[in-house]
Amino acid sequence: MQRQLLLGDEAVGLGAIHAGLSGVYGYPGTPSTEIFEFVESYAKKAGNIHAFWSTNEKVAYEEALGMSWAGKRALVCMKHVGLNVAADAFMNSAVTGTNGGLVLAVADDPGMHSSQNEQDSRYYAQFALIPCFEPHDQQECYDMMLEAFELSEELSTPVMIRLVTRIAHSRSAVATTPEPRPQNDLEPNRDIKKWTLLPSNARVQYRHLTEKQPELLRRSENSRYNTLSLAGNKGVIVCGLAANYFYENVGDEHDLSVLTLRQYPLPAAKIRALTEHVDELLVLEDGYPLVESTIRGLFGLQNVIVRGRMSGELPRTGELNPDLVREALGLPPLETAREPQAGVAGRPPSLCKGCPHTDTFRALNEALNTFDNPQVFSDIGCYTLAALPPLEAIHSCVAMGASIGMAAGAAHAGYSPAVAAIGDSTFSHGGITPLLSAVQQGVNLNVIVVDNSTVGMTGTQRSMSTGQTLDQIILGAGIDPAHMRIIEPLPKNHDVNVQVIREELSHQGPSVIIARRACLEAIKRHKVS
Amino acid sequence: MQKNIILAGVGGQGILSIAFVIDNAALDAGLQFKQAEVHGMSQRGGAVQSNLRYSDRTIHSDLIPLGRADLVLSVEPLEVLRYWHYLAPDGWVVTSVTPYVNISDYPPTEELLEELATFPNLLLLDAGQIAQAAGNVRAQNMAVLGAASTLLDFSEERLLKYVEVLFLKKGERIVEVNRRAFRYGRAAARFSRELLDRGGAPLDALALCRKLDPASIDPVHAEAWSALAAANPDKLQTILDGQETIACDQVAGLA
Repeated sequence: MQRQLLLGDEAVGLGAIHAGLSGVYGYPGTPSTEIFEFVESYAKKAGNIHAFWSTNEKVAYEEALGMSWAGKRALVCMKHVGLNVAADAFMNSAVTGTNGGLVLAVADDPGMHSSQNEQDSRYYAQFALIPCFEPHDQQECYDMMLEAFELSEELSTPVMIRLVTRIAHSRSAVATTPEPRPQNDLEPNRDIKKWTLLPSNARVQYRHLTEKQPELLRRSENSRYNTLSLAGNKGVIVCGLAANYFYENVGDEHDLSVLTLRQYPLPAAKIRALTEHVDELLVLEDGYPLVESTIRGLFGLQNVIVRGRMSGELPRTGELNPDLVREALGLPPLETAREPQAGVAGRPPSLCKGCPHTDTFRALNEALNTFDNPQVFSDIGCYTLAALPPLEAIHSCVAMGASIGMAAGAAHAGYSPAVAAIGDSTFSHGGITPLLSAVQQGVNLNVIVVDNSTVGMTGTQRSMSTGQTLDQIILGAGIDPAHMRIIEPLPKNHDVNVQVIREELSHQGPSVIIARRACLEAIKRHKVS
Repeated sequence: MQKNIILAGVGGQGILSIAFVIDNAALDAGLQFKQAEVHGMSQRGGAVQSNLRYSDRTIHSDLIPLGRADLVLSVEPLEVLRYWHYLAPDGWVVTSVTPYVNISDYPPTEELLEELATFPNLLLLDAGQIAQAAGNVRAQNMAVLGAASTLLDFSEERLLKYVEVLFLKKGERIVEVNRRAFRYGRAAARFSRELLDRGGAPLDALALCRKLDPASIDPVHAEAWSALAAANPDKLQTILDGQETIACDQVAGLA
């Protein structure tokens, strides 16, 4: 058996390939990006897997669903907040069900290493009534993919595999199957009522979905990933990679009753067997207290003290780690060489030296210096770093594309100047529709599109709307060509750029300024200009 | 056997390249390993770290618990302070003293080194100087890896094999520069270690290494240098204060 050195993300990608994958879909987002990129680089050599980044997660999900409809296996991957964007297609795909296997790999980011929240995707699986796997190591990332595709086809349901940062971005050796499964043939599913969610059909499909639930529960109860071992009268439930932190601290020598949870829906019978056996129960899960809150219910359990994130034994927010788990288990801290050093100078991330965004925001800051406390609504990308010193040029970052919608709303309220800053790829992801809306309403706002020709933050992936394509989309949305201005953000153009921005700020109505200069990192990596 | 290492540095300094070499050496040696890293936003010039663990038994956690780290390996001196409380009481710090200054409140280097020198198990390395001597200032990470290799459980050949794999795409010259940086780093660390074992202080060992041509450093001369330091400290000081770089084996003529 071959052992390969893989990130959790890469193990998911390889598992999908070996499961007979025909298409991978997604939009870049830390910590999920490497799933797609692994399959993409394989596809470049093998050539028989569709691998092309989508404009956003919703599009990616729908493309994957179309691949499934056609009878082939599809993987769609995204970060946790990306699933919010894809939620419409996602929820309804549970109702239609699938044809070829459809697996959603979603990477959560507890602790928000590179995200704006730490929402827990297991709730989405529960919400959509679909099964969810939660691997605890890189080997399971691989193994579970093989099973997830089988389960998806067998029960005609999308299946979620939920990762967290520490598994997505951690490497280990993975043993792989000797014989990858061949891809499915093209066999479209022509059961029209299944796929056409008119209310009359949807009611039938939704009933089918609810009727699948006992079988999904049976699979969880019998899953080799959900293991119960009864010992002493203190119990622990370890979900996903929380098992690692648990065993790191207690090893094999302990008297605790342990339930491992890695396949959902929750195996109620196993949980009941545990709670009936113990007096105290500690729930370890990375993310929200989903299992803990379910077990507590509204009124708590009789005869069992339940501990976890809700009781305060573990912090309610943030990433789990072996030290927090050690404390929650009541074990004394280990001796260390030092106390934590106080007052170490922070080293926050910053824009690269020579980055075009720096020149854009310097010009914007100066152009706005005639206003008291000007507000710049911004978006998600490298340019979000302009919020930090020394630039401090942007004042919001909420969701992909939200800069334009929020600036429009502020303008509706009478706020001026209403300025939005958004990157070229974020614009294609979520900025086109709010711009169209603003133009149609004749809103007085200024949009700065920082067009660096790439998706910079996640590793310089291909941008869908850069250069001429971007210009055409903006004009197509109805922006007056006289008020679509293009500047080149370079130190030598500073004064001219300030002037252009000032002119557009004084214009009543929607305008777009495109600050166009390629990302230096992209130039270095792809040798493009 | 288990080794828990915290790799530290600044985004862009090549922490993950160090991890690549150790990971592959561990895989090659048939060991278990886990290596957690940070991607995304923090890679843009921010503080980055990677937790690397290898063992001949099962490794559970991807993250190293407080008090279980055996080694903090840092490409940059300030970053050591962020993680050294993870070290076990007998843990080691191996760090470059070449500062990466991209923040306004970076402490004065002298103060920083004094602070580091309070740590008992410490190897200091001027990775900037060594990488320069090896042919490319960007090879500092491989110099630090070479220095730390004396505390790892792999042969020099096994590690160098993956230094080669890592840089193969960039051409033979870059491979050679990085292999050289690794070897110079390793020699400097072994030399320093000999000095420390003979009662030398880490800062003094660093000062002497900086005076020597990195290509010439050889631990066989450590005994003679220690003897010189003991017998004739003034003479050693004169050499350290002098302008020119000298070869390690010149100690024979000085004693």
